[in-house]
Amino acid sequence: MQKEFKKGFSDGIPIGLGYFSVSFGFGILAMSSRISAFFAWLISATNLTSAGQVAGVEIIAASGTLVEMVLTQLVINLRYSLMGFSLTQKLDSSFTTPKRLLLAFGITDEIYAVAISQKGKITASYMAGLIVIPFIGWTSGTVAGALTNQLLPEIIANNMGILLYGMFIAIFIPAAKKSKAVLFAVIISAAVSVLLKYFFPFISSGFSVIISAVVAAVICAALFPVKEEEEEL
Amino acid sequence: MSIIIYIAVMAGVTYLIRMIPFAAFRKQIKSRFVKSILYYLPYAVLAAMTVPAIFYSTGNIKSAVVGTVVAVVIAFFEKPLIIVALAAAASGLIADLII
Repeated sequence: MQKEFKKGFSDGIPIGLGYFSVSFGFGILAMSSRISAFFAWLISATNLTSAGQVAGVEIIAASGTLVEMVLTQLVINLRYSLMGFSLTQKLDSSFTTPKRLLLAFGITDEIYAVAISQKGKITASYMAGLIVIPFIGWTSGTVAGALTNQLLPEIIANNMGILLYGMFIAIFIPAAKKSKAVLFAVIISAAVSVLLKYFFPFISSGFSVIISAVVAAVICAALFPVKEEEEEL
Repeated sequence: MSIIIYIAVMAGVTYLIRMIPFAAFRKQIKSRFVKSILYYLPYAVLAAMTVPAIFYSTGNIKSAVVGTVVAVVIAFFEKPLIIVALAAAASGLIADLII
């Protein structure tokens, strides 16, 4: 059990580093929207999500309505429902109801990506370990960004923005190299995502991810249904 | 309106979105088609999140393209996540300094 926690903990380190840089930007944004460092930290500690928080801060700054807040969070973060549902197929019996209620908080794009790419089932200890460093990175980066926007020279801070995407590439490229069907899914999804971004710019980035991924996954499932032994990848 | 109320609503909605399917769904799916969709979904999600957003992630499209190419090449050789991520950021930074 402790070994599983440690494995999760170390798998979470690159996520945490990436989160620090992204949330640093969030902290700066919160300050420029006249939200104090404490409230910026509170938002990060209770939400643990990037796009949703940025949209949330914009609503707070504009004194928007709560209905607006609910709908915006729903639209941007709905992908977590899809990820949570997909993850349920990877959970072993150690995921009791209390543990599910607690660990659901840690479902983010990156934590999901790393958890789902593990071989076989995952344990609750592994997922708990996986969440630790990203949570610390996300909250401390927010505070650091809120307290100073000159901690990092701009050119370095800017280039840290690519870290999380680099991590995504490190997950889907090796899988696409091994399976032509996965490569096909990746290409379709990326193509639909580009199409939506440039031709349907009114679709939010959260919805765009859902549409692109579902279209690609359904097409590939119809064309290349997986054999039993492939499921445990 | 107090900022605390905004934050509570924001956090509550986000948590429920994550928690409901994760806690409620207990069955192992038997349908081969649905299983296949779930098999392809993670890679499709990652690809859609990465493209085209990665090209805007550094504030300079040239350094982002350099970082992306480096990341793809290193990922092709199946290096660890952190190596791929840091190489992307470092190469983008170097490109920024040179160009």
